Amino acid sequence: MKFTGKVWKYGDDINTDVLFAGKYTYTVTNPKEMAAHAMEDLDPRFAKEVAKGDIVVAGKNFGCGSSREQAVICLREAGVSCVVAGSFARIYFRNAVNSGLPPVQCPDAIANIENGETVEVDLDNGILTCKAGSFRFPAFDGEVQSILSAGGLIPYTRRFLGLE
Amino acid sequence: MHKMTFAEKALAYASGKQETQAGAVVTVEPHICLSHDNSAAIAKNFKEIGAANVRYPDRILIILDHCVPAADEKNAANHRDIREFVRKQGIKHFYDINYGICHQVLPEEGFARPGGVIVGSDSHTTTAGAFGAFAVGIGRTEAAAVWATGKMWLRVPETIRIELTCEFRRRVGAKDLALKILGDIGADGALYRAVEFAGPAVAKLTMADRMLLCNLAAEAGAKNAFFPSDKKTRDFLATAPKRYEEREILPDEGASYERVINYDLSEIEPGLACPHTVDNYSPVTKKAGTVIHEALIGTCTNGRIEDFREAAEVLKGKKVSPTVRLLVFPASTRIYRQMIKEGLAEIFLDAGGVLMNSGCGPCLGAHEGVLAVGEVCISTANRNFKGRMGCNEAFVYLASPATVAASAVAGTITSPV
Repeated sequence: MKFTGKVWKYGDDINTDVLFAGKYTYTVTNPKEMAAHAMEDLDPRFAKEVAKGDIVVAGKNFGCGSSREQAVICLREAGVSCVVAGSFARIYFRNAVNSGLPPVQCPDAIANIENGETVEVDLDNGILTCKAGSFRFPAFDGEVQSILSAGGLIPYTRRFLGLE
Repeated sequence: MHKMTFAEKALAYASGKQETQAGAVVTVEPHICLSHDNSAAIAKNFKEIGAANVRYPDRILIILDHCVPAADEKNAANHRDIREFVRKQGIKHFYDINYGICHQVLPEEGFARPGGVIVGSDSHTTTAGAFGAFAVGIGRTEAAAVWATGKMWLRVPETIRIELTCEFRRRVGAKDLALKILGDIGADGALYRAVEFAGPAVAKLTMADRMLLCNLAAEAGAKNAFFPSDKKTRDFLATAPKRYEEREILPDEGASYERVINYDLSEIEPGLACPHTVDNYSPVTKKAGTVIHEALIGTCTNGRIEDFREAAEVLKGKKVSPTVRLLVFPASTRIYRQMIKEGLAEIFLDAGGVLMNSGCGPCLGAHEGVLAVGEVCISTANRNFKGRMGCNEAFVYLASPATVAASAVAGTITSPV
């Protein structure tokens, strides 16, 4: 799988509260509506201007904080194709895999990617290409790869239970 | 045989093996899968999976706490949907709005036990590690899959060992230590790692201290946190129903640790996490004089009887500053009753505090004391992210119950020492 998209670049330790505010956790339940609040407390422009296929790029510990999965869903529903970060908080990483939004860990590339540029992420071969050059990252394997290629944990579990 | 850390041993046993090693992937059948107000969302994912029934109705634990009682129509509908799902699926362990915060009710009701494997759709599920369990936070879809299959995969984490020696000074406690650790190792200092607490000081720490340290380990990115079980653990669980067979698991002598960090408790001083990150550490004295508008004592971090005893000692015979709202949230109804019994409730009320029902309150910005633009809150909770308490132009400082109490009286950030 390969994604090409415009970069929205952010810093380190982007937490789940700024990705999707806690005050909406039980009141905004429709995925499309979640997208409208994505990154509200970090970058109010994001939800208005993000386009299908865009790529979020950030520093270390992306998605730290709460286990709330809306912090993944809001980006996916906003059209984001994948998130590239220096590192991910562990629950966020798992939520992203389970929701079918590939979390790409590529620490070497982060400082070389500019906000607004177009980058290409080749998941199968583990190569990220931006203006500054090409950077390698370990391609997904094991359970993570199986869940992502099934399209997320729901279809994966359906298959496991023999429901499709 | 390979010398194992607690995480390696617990996950080896849980997956039916004699041994395993950091980096391996194992499949486990958790003893307990915890969720709260997010259970309706999990139920939605569960329906999407398409299984007719949950795999193990007696391993699912649902405790309503995040927005209790419901703040508005949407939250009310959310709770209603959860009650309906519980009834239809025959979920055995359901606690409605009158029990308290899930991370406190879970051990009170006997679900946290040595050697237990607990997964929870809440990042602070790590709290149950204080009882010698392997307790780890997961997301909603993952919880739905556990409901449907009874299983999940886990990568065996590397372990950071934190060795504790000596004793806290008066009015200094586990919260000050936890904030110091966060400041030292950072918000990703234990990312993907297990944390083991050890050393001679461990035996002296109360169950409240241990729960707090395991709770805040999540803020350093930890997968789980662990305290060895001892007499204090057994005493706490003595009257609770036995929910599953327990098995005391201790790390092997000579197990391999990624990092060992030492803390002398007598050197810890009252500390703060300043806005807007949990690792933005400062000694209280450096921020003394900062004006506050709200003071919050409670939550799953610091809402235990030991915390209220400490805060009440500071508040006794004093009045909260007229420019400060003091909100008190016991972590459970059981603790609330104990506060009444010990006369602590009266001390908080006499001081001008507002004694709230057990629940998460404004910690995540849902209701009951959210902040206004420009306001400053000093809180015993575990997060101070921008917008966390409902307003993205407010400021949250995290501190110990003693520091929050002293600050509430002064109207400004104040050291309790």
